[in-house]
Amino acid sequence: MPYILNTIEDQREMLRAIGASSIDELFECIPPEYRLNRPLAIPPAMSEMELARHMAELAALNRNASNSICFLGGGSYDHFVPAAIDALVGRGEFYTSYTPYQPEVSQGNLQAMFEYQTAVCALTGLDVSNASLYDGGSAATEAVLMAMSATSRPNRVVAAESAHPEYRRILRTYFAALGAELVVVPAPGGTVDPADWERAIDDRTACALVQSPNFFGCVEDVASVASIAHARGALCVQAFDPISLGLLKRPGELGADIAVAEGQSLGTPLLFGGPYLGVMACREPFVRRLPGRIAGQTVDRRGRTCWVLTLQTREQHIRREKATSNICTNQGLFALRALIYLALAGRNGLRDIAALCLRKSRYALDRIRSDARFRPAFERPFFKEFVVRDGEGRVAELLAAAESDGVLAGLPLGRWYPELDDCFLVCVTEKRTRPEIDRLAFALQRHSEHSGAAARHA
Amino acid sequence: MRNHRSTRLLFELSHPGRRGIALPACDVPSEPIDASIPASMLADAPPPLPELGESDVVRHFTNLSTFNMSVDTHFYPLGSCTMKYNPKRNERFAALPGFADVHPLQDDRTAQGMLALLFELQVLLGEIAGLPAVSLQPAAGAHGELAALLVAAAYFRDREEHRTKVLTPDSAHGTNPASARMAGFQAVTVKSTANGGVDLDDLQAKLDDQVAVFMITNPNTLGQFDRNVGRIADLVHARGGLIYLDGANMNAILGFVRPGDFGADMMHFNPHKTFSGPHGGGGPGAGPICVRDTLEPFLPSPIVVRDGISYRLDRDRPRSIGQVRSFFGNVGVLIRAYCYIRTHGPDGLRRVAENAVLNANYLLSRVRHFLPSPQGDRCMHEFVASAEKLKTTKGLKQPAMDIAKRLLDYGYHAPTVYFPLTVPEALMIEPTETESKDTLDAFAETLFRITDEPAELLREAPHSTWISRPDEVQAARAPRMRWKPD
Repeated sequence: MPYILNTIEDQREMLRAIGASSIDELFECIPPEYRLNRPLAIPPAMSEMELARHMAELAALNRNASNSICFLGGGSYDHFVPAAIDALVGRGEFYTSYTPYQPEVSQGNLQAMFEYQTAVCALTGLDVSNASLYDGGSAATEAVLMAMSATSRPNRVVAAESAHPEYRRILRTYFAALGAELVVVPAPGGTVDPADWERAIDDRTACALVQSPNFFGCVEDVASVASIAHARGALCVQAFDPISLGLLKRPGELGADIAVAEGQSLGTPLLFGGPYLGVMACREPFVRRLPGRIAGQTVDRRGRTCWVLTLQTREQHIRREKATSNICTNQGLFALRALIYLALAGRNGLRDIAALCLRKSRYALDRIRSDARFRPAFERPFFKEFVVRDGEGRVAELLAAAESDGVLAGLPLGRWYPELDDCFLVCVTEKRTRPEIDRLAFALQRHSEHSGAAARHA
Repeated sequence: MRNHRSTRLLFELSHPGRRGIALPACDVPSEPIDASIPASMLADAPPPLPELGESDVVRHFTNLSTFNMSVDTHFYPLGSCTMKYNPKRNERFAALPGFADVHPLQDDRTAQGMLALLFELQVLLGEIAGLPAVSLQPAAGAHGELAALLVAAAYFRDREEHRTKVLTPDSAHGTNPASARMAGFQAVTVKSTANGGVDLDDLQAKLDDQVAVFMITNPNTLGQFDRNVGRIADLVHARGGLIYLDGANMNAILGFVRPGDFGADMMHFNPHKTFSGPHGGGGPGAGPICVRDTLEPFLPSPIVVRDGISYRLDRDRPRSIGQVRSFFGNVGVLIRAYCYIRTHGPDGLRRVAENAVLNANYLLSRVRHFLPSPQGDRCMHEFVASAEKLKTTKGLKQPAMDIAKRLLDYGYHAPTVYFPLTVPEALMIEPTETESKDTLDAFAETLFRITDEPAELLREAPHSTWISRPDEVQAARAPRMRWKPD
């Protein structure tokens, strides 16, 4: 067995010390009627070499952002990951350490948590950050639950149709058990009209959930949402894209009370959806309702500055059923990745990465729409994603053809928005080069010519 | 080697003009930003992040790492956390571009290797649990509890049964009652007996037709297998309720007994414990859940299914509770779990449980003479010792805490202390199967030596770590949760 150190001789000595005649005797506490009297029906053990071959075979069956040109977004993004991140988080002292409940031997992690929280406050323009949650979707849900408790309005939340459809799906899952109502305001033009927020938010509403840039890539008028919500005594929860804040106004400036994000863009690869990290920050008055771990600064007995997990009286291991949330992990290692990313990029790097995304996505849209078959679905300012309407409505066919050309061209939207089943979402990060974007346009247009020719011959 | 001059904060190290990422020149037309986005939406300046070079950042974090204990460097006898060795090979395999660079919303046809692996993992976990229907979606153990309780709620709604309560033993992890409340249930506590088993009289007194789920940890948090588990399951089932198994302690019983065979209807695994995923300084973990076939329709969506020789994500699950998080799950952690299970096979997993239990019993036999274990002389994968008597013999107010802190001086991570709440001055010790007899001997000797040391030495411990005990009261009273310039 590869990871067990006890030899037969060790085992014999240990059994002697215990006073047991065999290892099986140690399991006699398990009533025989429940015991499994056969080996588990799972495949036999593989050596490291066999497993390496098996894993390489499975990996080779996957298209991915390394062997294809990736224009997929929708909440998970192919941004560049600097090598320093993997080198640093690959240190055993980080990735094989435990939650810092013993601060004397965890100052590395605790200081990093404190720095992460500071970086998130700088990013969002808000007062307090936790040390991260599971992912963007569960962070959005936790923010909404937090708003319900802060406003003592447990029954009603208004969310934008342009917020990530999975975020709304998760909210519905939780609300089914809590008996709360999720009201969705439409975004027929790509963003929600302030008049629709006015109509939907009432004095029983805990919060408005708005995402900007939204699922379609469009920038929403968050400041209006916040002022409408505040006028009704409700809070404003904004989901944001961390990279976009290199250019766009920060949630704190726009009036958001709680801001959440999928933190994957900050130095984490695609990983088929996880692990990622949920970023969450809020205004000062809500700090004691914030879910998850928080690092705080203090001093030790000798007066030295240090850090500890703080405000633990909010948490489940102390408060049990009265806790602010059941969450008992943060995504420590992935929060560390995000922190290292932000440290490497710095304020100007983040601005330049955001500008590259913006300009390249603009260029991509111009190239795609040079074929009259393709039109932008929405005429709104967008950041790094945009929705393309296929005049022939053959999205699945088109994307499959592009894929055979080595281009993951976009996400079909019909699954989440039946009225947009002739549309797909294209994302362009700073990693995409002009030749790659030209190849995207070529792949789409080449197929367009083929199907056009086929149609004419029919 | 530790560099003690290295603890300044990133923000204090900032040097205007530096940066750690060099970007390529813009190769598309560089129109002004406000030609695309109205100036009213743009920030006046980018966020006030620090400005550092790559070598600044590398030195800073490398030095920070040396202020941590870790499994790679130290023994972690941390009860209920299963801090076993984290195999290097699994890190390498999870990082293959063919896994790490796969987009979660890619067409299923283009991710057949990924889906095959996840499908096989569903099958493997179902077999190990004895509960065949599996969702890999939950992001952590507590998230798995919540997802399973939402499944139970949906199941009872479907049957038009109105059940409002979830029972949890007083020795349970705090996540159990917290998850119950988040799933819309009232959490009701059931008492434990002295050896951590469920008090059957109290259970029967609290069991009624309003009870949806009884959550049990077995082996329990005292490291004991509850022999009454079958009887408990019968009682709960007789009233129409379901049994949830908190799988935190699966390391003790892999291949010996399956929760589905002793009456559990639902459970979660902690792959970051049982299947060796690294803890990452507090995450990420994962919390896949396994349930009986009757509960399968309610599992979170999507689930991987096989059609002939191809795999796809089944999203068409009309009775599903829906999604509990974004995308598919903590796939990176799941890949490591898959590698771990495939490395072991049926014999290997059983060997894991054997040695985990052997190590814990051996350590118990070496420790119980000076730190009594209230539940006796045998245990499963962990045991709880009580330091209560040091209150009188040494005049210590918090002997468990003091011992824990003194262990740090000797280069051991502390055990879990003051949990479970049912044992006074509890030290919860779980050695795991990947430690050697030599390590356990040395640890036991150190523990003995500490109980013999002057009270003053313990009360002020640790003495040799970078910092001494922090003032946690001050941290909570006047919280400082981010750096501000002086």
